[in-house]
Amino acid sequence: MKKHLLWLLFLCTSILSAQEYFPKDDGVKTPNNKTIAFTKATIYITPTNVIKNGTLLVKNGKVVNVGRSVSIPKDAQIVNLEGKNIYPSFIDAYTDFGIAKPKRQRGNPNASPQYEPERKGYYWNDHIRPETNPIADFKFDAKKAKDLLKAGFGVVNTHMQDGIIRGNGLLVSLNTQTTNAYRVLEDKSAQYLSFTKSNKSRQMYPGSLMGSIALLRQTYNDADWYLKGNTKNKDLALEALDRNKNLPQIFYAGSKINAFRADKIGDEFGIQYTIVGGGDEFERINDVRATNATFIIPINFRAAYDVSNPYLAQHVSLHDMRKWNQEPTNPKVLAENGVTFSLTTHSLKKVDDFTKNIQKAIKYGLDKTKALEALTTVPAKILGKSNIGNLQTGSYANFLITSGDIFDPKTTLYENWTLGDKNVINDMNVKDIAGNYALALNGKTYDLSITGKGAKQKGALKLDDKKVKSKFSFKDGWIFMSIPSENDATKFNRLTAKITDSPVILGKVINEFGNESQWSAAKIVKKDDEKSKDKKKKDNNSTPTVLPVSYPNVGFGLAQQPKQETILFKNATVWTGEKEGNLENTDVLIKNGKIAKIGKNISVGGAKTIDATGKYVTAGIIDEHSHIATTSVNEWAQNSTAEVTIEDVVDPNDVNIYRNLAGGVTSIQILHGSANPIGGRSAIIKLKWGENADNLIYNNTPKFIKFALGENVKQSRSRNGTRFPQTRMGVEQMYIDYFTRAKQYDAKKKSGQAYRKDAELETLAEIINKERFISCHSYVQSEINMLMKVAEKFDFNINTFTHILEGYKVADKMKEHGVGGSTFSDWWAYKYEVNDAIPYNAAIMHNQGVTVAINSDDAEMSRRLNQEAAKTVKYGGMSEEEAWKMVTLNPAKLLHIDNKVGSLKVGKDADVVLWNTNPLSVYAKPLKTIIEGRTYFDIDADLAKREAIKAERSKLENMMLHEKINGGKVQPPSKRVKELFHCETLK
Amino acid sequence: MKNYIYTIAFLLSIGSLFAQQTPAPKQSADYTIEGATAHLGNGQVIENSLIMFSNGKITHVGNALTKIARRGTVIDAKGKHVYPGFIVANTTLGLGEVDAVKASIDEREIGTYNPHIRSIIAYNTESKVVESMRPNGVLIVQTTPRGGTISGTSSIVQLDAWNWEDAIVKENDAIHMNWPSSVSYSGRWWAGEPRVVKESKNYTENLNKFSSYLQQAKTYLKGNKSEKNLPFEAMKGLFNGSQKLFIHVSGEREITDAITLSKKEGINKIVIVHGGDADKVADLLVKNNIPVVLERAHRLPNAEDQDYDLPYRTAKILVDKGITVSIGMEGDMERMSTRNAPFYAGTYAAYGLDKEEALKLITSNAAKILGIDDKVGTLEVGKDATLFVSEGDALDMRTNKVSNSFINGRKLSLETHQTKLWKRYSDKYKNQ
Repeated sequence: MKKHLLWLLFLCTSILSAQEYFPKDDGVKTPNNKTIAFTKATIYITPTNVIKNGTLLVKNGKVVNVGRSVSIPKDAQIVNLEGKNIYPSFIDAYTDFGIAKPKRQRGNPNASPQYEPERKGYYWNDHIRPETNPIADFKFDAKKAKDLLKAGFGVVNTHMQDGIIRGNGLLVSLNTQTTNAYRVLEDKSAQYLSFTKSNKSRQMYPGSLMGSIALLRQTYNDADWYLKGNTKNKDLALEALDRNKNLPQIFYAGSKINAFRADKIGDEFGIQYTIVGGGDEFERINDVRATNATFIIPINFRAAYDVSNPYLAQHVSLHDMRKWNQEPTNPKVLAENGVTFSLTTHSLKKVDDFTKNIQKAIKYGLDKTKALEALTTVPAKILGKSNIGNLQTGSYANFLITSGDIFDPKTTLYENWTLGDKNVINDMNVKDIAGNYALALNGKTYDLSITGKGAKQKGALKLDDKKVKSKFSFKDGWIFMSIPSENDATKFNRLTAKITDSPVILGKVINEFGNESQWSAAKIVKKDDEKSKDKKKKDNNSTPTVLPVSYPNVGFGLAQQPKQETILFKNATVWTGEKEGNLENTDVLIKNGKIAKIGKNISVGGAKTIDATGKYVTAGIIDEHSHIATTSVNEWAQNSTAEVTIEDVVDPNDVNIYRNLAGGVTSIQILHGSANPIGGRSAIIKLKWGENADNLIYNNTPKFIKFALGENVKQSRSRNGTRFPQTRMGVEQMYIDYFTRAKQYDAKKKSGQAYRKDAELETLAEIINKERFISCHSYVQSEINMLMKVAEKFDFNINTFTHILEGYKVADKMKEHGVGGSTFSDWWAYKYEVNDAIPYNAAIMHNQGVTVAINSDDAEMSRRLNQEAAKTVKYGGMSEEEAWKMVTLNPAKLLHIDNKVGSLKVGKDADVVLWNTNPLSVYAKPLKTIIEGRTYFDIDADLAKREAIKAERSKLENMMLHEKINGGKVQPPSKRVKELFHCETLK
Repeated sequence: MKNYIYTIAFLLSIGSLFAQQTPAPKQSADYTIEGATAHLGNGQVIENSLIMFSNGKITHVGNALTKIARRGTVIDAKGKHVYPGFIVANTTLGLGEVDAVKASIDEREIGTYNPHIRSIIAYNTESKVVESMRPNGVLIVQTTPRGGTISGTSSIVQLDAWNWEDAIVKENDAIHMNWPSSVSYSGRWWAGEPRVVKESKNYTENLNKFSSYLQQAKTYLKGNKSEKNLPFEAMKGLFNGSQKLFIHVSGEREITDAITLSKKEGINKIVIVHGGDADKVADLLVKNNIPVVLERAHRLPNAEDQDYDLPYRTAKILVDKGITVSIGMEGDMERMSTRNAPFYAGTYAAYGLDKEEALKLITSNAAKILGIDDKVGTLEVGKDATLFVSEGDALDMRTNKVSNSFINGRKLSLETHQTKLWKRYSDKYKNQ
């Protein structure tokens, strides 16, 4: 309460600084434009320009001069800062200071989904809000300001943290003694963006990350079209976007992987975003550097997990344990790799933790100059300001006065000046009385030990090495103590003393009878020194152990990409998948990432020779229908979403990539889900575990898109479906509508007329032009037939029907149309439309001449597709050769990658699996899985990896237990759940 | 291709003899299966075997070289394999038809303690999903209700019957319960936040509740029962040893608590279902002679750092410790996937288990665990003639091709909704 009152009092004084032309009715005019000279200080004009014994001259809130020989005006107030340091105060470029985020509107769960925007006269999507100018919503938050001042901040940039394009920010001084008229240094500073929707609208689109990405692209295209005057309507959002285009563009990514995604969008439109990261940049530092972006980095280092209960501790992944250990190195790694970054308090629960965490980052190797730059000159540069973040003449007088090196934990921050106004954090006139004293009182000698800093110094008393219960306080230069009487412990001596420069403290004592006498306390110098030396030694010895990062940074990650090797398999049973068929006692040579030779008795120098006697060599398995390794699956919020692509959201960190490799899979198509008739574009990737998302995607990748039919797209299991279409009848008309529009669009584009670039129609036009291919989720024969007819009407072919469980009913028509089938081996009975699904489907389609693949649509099944292929031998009597092609060459053909992969043929990519036995057998296990000559899975290496994981987990667990036992902070264990996606996952 | 034609021809021939779904009549004529490799289900194999059965019972198991009169129809099974009918525990087979159609599902009742809820009366002998089991060798299942803390009472059925009464192999064989978890999760994991794991606040309370429920049931059963309590009546068998308690539980702590508590309350016939951490409490299981109904082999590891093949190896780990193990189906698409049980056994064999030992998981071990080993589970004289012939190794999908199948000596139709469609559409193209 007392604190609050004081604070109030403090605020009242600020009314003094009213604007000069305002009427004045509360007294006479009291101009205050004195000059203050801070002398004899070590001054950090910039992090790299430091002067000793310098003078800083401040007037009217600005620096008027700084240097070693500054002439001090006669009327200047002089503050002697001998032995003290002056730094420019810190800047946080990413905050929501004083701007409340709107609350998400709670809706009726039974209400229909909202497809339309709520605003009128703005962009069609409510989550694009560049017109937001938060000045009207800004309320100076004095409490938060105080916390930030304590942490050393003087200026923050703040904005409305809401929406995909969020509008402009405000540059605000944290001066608590003035008004917004002075505090707001800039009311349009930077434009902010993110991938997250606004809370202000319930408009559904975008319903996924890839939708957000597509929407951003479309917005930029539409802005271009609008500004060229091509539309009749008014769009205040697009106009605002244009106004903001010369501001710094700050993109909230929140993680390294989203940083890459954001940077890519920027590259496409010639915008270099400044990216707000996630603190995990060290995990892919080369890719982070390659963005060339400046970063704003949070330093929210996690507490150790409480692993004392092993039943709970087992849930924590090695990835999370490692991050506890490695995160504090993030700023250091960024600095050492030449990435320019600033630091932010964003995502910290308490601003108080900022100081502690930056000290931790420095302990973990961050260079102090870089740290200071990250808090001063870099954020100033991000915001395009030269008059903050430094103490050059003309800059704002925003500075810190400290007892020494600002990042040293022992240093005290005395004052944080904002716009030339003083804020006392710790009174620099308070004597530091810490130490051990011999306290003489009534003939006895006590040990008094005083610890702590500034006004927070504490005293503990001992007599003959036994603790004495006593009270100690140190305030305004006075010590007050209550010590039990030596005769009666329920009665007390009260001691007082004023601290002077003398090494001995002398004071008055009032005993239990009210009689006064003297007491004294003399500092014990030697003892104190020894102790601090010991402590220092300990501190220095505890340089933290940091475990190495792997790619990805999970248990089964790789230290580096496997080397491309020349490998010779000797004497294997080779299933070529080509006209040569299955060959006994045959050798396979792979070289330079390609299959170099297949034959008998191959010998070659320098090759790694593997005796494959009794073993099988095949091409790697290809899964035509997968949803692993992606961050989202369905952009479900519109009936057509041809504008989105899985390529934008490939997740290279998914451990299911490794598990697929262990099942002999080398390539997959990551398909969009089946929530809408026209879905999103695919990503076709190779499972190069450890690579980044871009390097997983095929070079010159064939272009595919997902379509879907049946129960999912007509929202059969939704209680409140209002989206067109709700029947198979509507699905047909929707396709015809979209393809008709795409055709018109394409015609206009080709005619050379100006046209509005529309990513959706652009994609559909590619289909009509036979540049992009459809893989269509399908079940019953009627709709299968329908889609083929629609395609024929527009003169193109459906490439693949996926699932296609009733394909056997129209296999002849499929053959005639030229479409392939990619099906489940034996799934059925999970919904009404699969009543007639039969495991003989693959065989019947194959027998009618359709190219047939067996797919998974499932992270579990995908790692044993060999078994699923074998089921076609059981059901329908496929030959083993043809059965095997259903998971290798046939899906390669359906994906248009059979020129590179899918069979063992000289010149094709060396995507090869070594099996212990016939790969169609339930007893088959991959021993090695190789992609382009690099061994990504090796059954023996895997065993070693398990041991390494066990050892590393134990090591980290012990480190965390050590932390807990020594009083460190811990948090309850947590498990990061990787959601497993299917066609129907709405994400 | 040749294979394909033969198989079609074969299926056409039996198709004309038996109508779909019509259960076979009681065995009236004797059968002899000669020349097959007989996998007895107890670990033994007889190459070139001779098996005979009459009146629904096996009368002879031996070597074909033995000079003994062949009885009835002789099936030449040279180069083929004969197995006891496969038995799968813990499945909702017959309790539902199409997952997404609620009207077709009868698998979970509302309520916490439902021992009186009996799966058998909802078991649908006419299910298209049920008939699809037989061509893979799955002939007996434990049809089990889901939900609640005590889910209800399961029964064991054979898969060729006119109605549920005819289907019964053992009625009300066990009561199933889901053991409470000692940990609770919070955090919106679907929104990308981590799930925070905490010790469950309610664990002890939930255990106490269960404990006192058992005590109340015991007290009731000792009393005069003037006012009937249906759930307590349904638990009689647990205390007199005529019924087993199947505890669905995975964690090391939970398994230990489950065994300790159940024993203390006088329940002696316990089966652990799932048993994810069973290997860690193997000694306790062995000491108390408690078997484990494992999950399907075809599942993902539980955690990012777990060995990719741990789900494939669990059977080997437990068998090596001396635990009796079988396979259960609980989980996604469990009904239609029950026909894949032989391949789960095969996968367990691929990852360490001896093949005959793997076979036991769905034959003799399953019979023992379900308490029907006096009748089925092995090829032995005096046991039910519930068996089948496969062209090759029936644990391998590549060679599992069932050609003759019998339940109690009754020769089964291997027709299904699926084979009929197959034939219908193969014929369509043939005749075009």
